[in-house]
Amino acid sequence: METIADKIKTGKILVSDGAWGTFLQQKGLQPGECPELWNLEHPNEVFDIAKSYIDAGADMIETNSFGGSRFKLELYGLADKVYEINKAAAQISRKAAGPNKHVLGSIGPSGKMLVMGDVTYDEYYEAFKEQAIALADGGADTLVIETMTDIDEARAAVSAARENTNCEIICTMTFDKTPDGDFYTMMGIAPADMVQTIIDAGANIIGANCGNGMENMIAISEAIRSVNAEIPILIHANAGAPVYENGETHFLETPEQMASLVEKLVSAGANIIGGCCGTTPEHIRQIAQKVKQMQ
Amino acid sequence: MDSAELLKKLSECVEMGKVNKDAPFPPAMKGMDGADELTRQALEMGIKPIEILNDALIAAMEKVGEKFSQKKIFVPQMLISAKAMNASMEHLKPFFQSGEVKRKGKFIIGTVAGDLHDIGKNLVAMIVEGAGWEVIDLGVDVKTPKFLQAIAEHPEAIVGLSALLTTTMQSMKNTVNEIHAQYPNIKLIVGGAPVTDAFSKEIGANAYAHDPQSAVSYLNAQVA
Repeated sequence: METIADKIKTGKILVSDGAWGTFLQQKGLQPGECPELWNLEHPNEVFDIAKSYIDAGADMIETNSFGGSRFKLELYGLADKVYEINKAAAQISRKAAGPNKHVLGSIGPSGKMLVMGDVTYDEYYEAFKEQAIALADGGADTLVIETMTDIDEARAAVSAARENTNCEIICTMTFDKTPDGDFYTMMGIAPADMVQTIIDAGANIIGANCGNGMENMIAISEAIRSVNAEIPILIHANAGAPVYENGETHFLETPEQMASLVEKLVSAGANIIGGCCGTTPEHIRQIAQKVKQMQ
Repeated sequence: MDSAELLKKLSECVEMGKVNKDAPFPPAMKGMDGADELTRQALEMGIKPIEILNDALIAAMEKVGEKFSQKKIFVPQMLISAKAMNASMEHLKPFFQSGEVKRKGKFIIGTVAGDLHDIGKNLVAMIVEGAGWEVIDLGVDVKTPKFLQAIAEHPEAIVGLSALLTTTMQSMKNTVNEIHAQYPNIKLIVGGAPVTDAFSKEIGANAYAHDPQSAVSYLNAQVA
């Protein structure tokens, strides 16, 4: 299969998928339940999510493995199932994607901090290596290390994925806006700061995910582009910030609103556009439609 | 060095995160005495523990909390300051235990049921402790009975609830209701990434803290 980066080199804009966590919740995932265990216990539900994004027109889909590292699974007493759960995650998404669309094995943060002495760099590396290998074995052709806030944790995960699999590697971080209008992760990393370190660690594609909506992603894409003209940029934006009403959480950015910002986002430098929390197959369908019109 | 200079220096160590002489961070203070050594020297010099707490530690952590609110510093700097504060607090512990130094009050904190995230909760706990409060940290995935038990043991405490996930906002709501059903006068502060002031009002919490420093402001106002 041609890599994502190769497709981007030919000038293509690609479409990624939308939310998984909030989608699982709609399907009945309870607070306190391990989302990744659904790969083993409710594979059909997980398959439905993957398939709905393929049907919406995504060129690539993620896997239900965001919290699939040893660090997260051990909180549920599932540390001995890291390989099984991640491999199943990739197999389910591969089944939905078929042979010609990309499966992005999702790797989220560990929840442990180097600066606190919770964990060592080597422990990060080993845990991410274990997860990366299982995702690749299950059929992921790409790994997406996402929602990172600490540069060393991101670097450990990218290196582990690069050195132990043949997958294409994506790494995205999560930035918040400061009162001065700048963007930083909660650990103090600016978009431009991440670029060279993450590329040196072995990432083929970098970008941003989660956060507070599509609009902010335009400035973040520009910031990354300002320091590197070539590196492909992936953006997975939330459908705005969550709002709680009548006992339910809503994300208010509509598919129309998100799709209306696609052109601006591409002008800012983004090459791959998808969604994060609160985005649905309909968001992806409208983004895909917009991208199609543009090409 | 006179006592005012020593306290000023200790305050700087906590603000900059200089834990002890051997600590490599921050590089600009390499080889200098840190919070650990300076607190010992202060006590040896006869400075009262309450002055060390108020004039050095609380003053420094307030600056740290404010800079964090303004996003002039980020999580790592705050953690390293908290570490320096703890190194100093270790020397003050005997005076807390003997009752010679009284803290402002008690603060019970926990991440609500179903939510395993502890980073935000820990940051609030550190800053509140640094503001001179005794913190009782119940950990993560705290179900209501555990909060109720802690309140029974510390009925004068104010309680903080944390949630990171949009799904666990519902358990935050339940916890607020269940605690208030049994203890209508207990003050509850809520916070966490998806939590907003509007949500806090909707579920009947007493206050919303959008960052650690605003939790401190609310707490201090209760005992002012």
